[in-house]
Amino acid sequence: MMTSRINAAEIDDPSMVDEEEIRQSPFWDWDFAFDAFPDIFMAFLEVTILVTVIGTLVAAVLGLIIAILIMVLPRPLAWCVRWLANFIRMTPIVVQLIFVFWAFVWMDALTIGIIVFGIHYATYMSEVYRAGIESVPKGQWEATTALSMSAGRTWRKVVIPQALRSTVPSLGNYAISMFKDTPFLLVIGVAEMVTVAGEIGAPVFRSTEVYTIAGLLFLAASYPTAVLINRLEKRLAYAH
Amino acid sequence: MEFFEDWPQYFEVAINWSDRLLAGLWTTVQLTLFGGILAFLIAVTLGLLAGSPNRWMRIPARILIEFFRGISLVVLLFWLMFVLPQIWMRNPDLPLRDLVYNTFLLGVIALGLNYGAYGAEAVRASLTTVASGQWEATTALSMSWPHKMRRVIFPQAWALMLPSLSNLWIHLLKGSAIAYIMPFVSDFTAELNQLRRPTDIWFSHAFIGLVVYFILALILTLFMQTLEARAKHKLGRGPSLKEILSPAPKAIPSEAPATARNTESTNMAGPGAPAKSPSEGGAR
Repeated sequence: MMTSRINAAEIDDPSMVDEEEIRQSPFWDWDFAFDAFPDIFMAFLEVTILVTVIGTLVAAVLGLIIAILIMVLPRPLAWCVRWLANFIRMTPIVVQLIFVFWAFVWMDALTIGIIVFGIHYATYMSEVYRAGIESVPKGQWEATTALSMSAGRTWRKVVIPQALRSTVPSLGNYAISMFKDTPFLLVIGVAEMVTVAGEIGAPVFRSTEVYTIAGLLFLAASYPTAVLINRLEKRLAYAH
Repeated sequence: MEFFEDWPQYFEVAINWSDRLLAGLWTTVQLTLFGGILAFLIAVTLGLLAGSPNRWMRIPARILIEFFRGISLVVLLFWLMFVLPQIWMRNPDLPLRDLVYNTFLLGVIALGLNYGAYGAEAVRASLTTVASGQWEATTALSMSWPHKMRRVIFPQAWALMLPSLSNLWIHLLKGSAIAYIMPFVSDFTAELNQLRRPTDIWFSHAFIGLVVYFILALILTLFMQTLEARAKHKLGRGPSLKEILSPAPKAIPSEAPATARNTESTNMAGPGAPAKSPSEGGAR
């Protein structure tokens, strides 16, 4: 069972490349670029976007849970949760992916990727939520006590709605950051965009077009999103 | 749970391989140090250019920052490893041929460019956060640009940018684990992966790897906190290192330990902690 997994991260040795053949071919081949584009784009939609969207959702929910747990749990337990979160945050996602990949051998690599990305970024997002919760004015807490609201109601109806508002831009930034980290999935053999790009280029010894397309797709998706988030941040700042 | 009973055996294997693990760890440390230094140089250069009022300096710097930030580290690495050498393959007479085939160097460059672009944003943001009166004062004293940067603006911006630079350096350390996929470079993760062969078990070794990376990150955090405390003390905004480290601070009755504790508790948030100052707003 343990040996059933092949390590897809071991990429081809570049010394295998036939240098003479490459020297004959042009540096950039538009026809090949157009042929390769649809497959790379499909991998982009099917894996990269999928992991980013589901991973962000998992991270956003789990991050909030972690932030609240650290605040409501009794001290020793809260301390454990906080240091576990610190541990996950301060260790490389590459090693985490491989760790979980071999610890849960029965699970599909894509699912593992989504879970690991979700948990890793949840630890970042929990800090964002913590800052958001701390920014809720003390008077709000006192008011809920004065109105003798239950703890659950205080969190759900008063604290979280106010805390969430200021956290949206930071969460968006982490979503972009997760998006740019998705190629790390190649270490557990998920056929994400960069892997697919490499696989398309390898048989014909052409890597220029495929990796450039992959990079441009990343730029094309992350830059406009970052600009939007920046605007949102400014608008929220003015509204306060 | 039989595999938990086998754990001592796996750790024994790891200890037997400690020579190679240490060699890999040394590679990781080198990647982190050289990558960090390159990233810092790029961050300061691009950050100063991007903060300059001159459009011909600002716009190219912005384009470079957005480009190297927006492109994924892995794509950048693959581009440097597989696409760049093709230029030399077609023109074998170009100089620096050996450097383009040096994967370790390419790894350092990829890490430096990617995290340097993030750092540039932190540098630029902290320069704008320095109080405008300070900028005006340097103009009033008709200080030259290098003079005012070195003596007035940068020391203040330095204290502001250190927390985000610290976070980015830890990100760089974690990003360096991707060197695992690079041919001819055996970093710590790659050596751990080699360990899988004799035992067919990865997770105990990956766990050792996680702990080692965590310790490395803690060391980086401590180092950067020291730098930050020093920078703040030089600006007259906090206790000196000696006061923080001495067990019984006498000179400052109650404030010194409190400040020290404060910096510690906020920084324990680790890398990627939310923006504490405007300087961090654009870091990601």
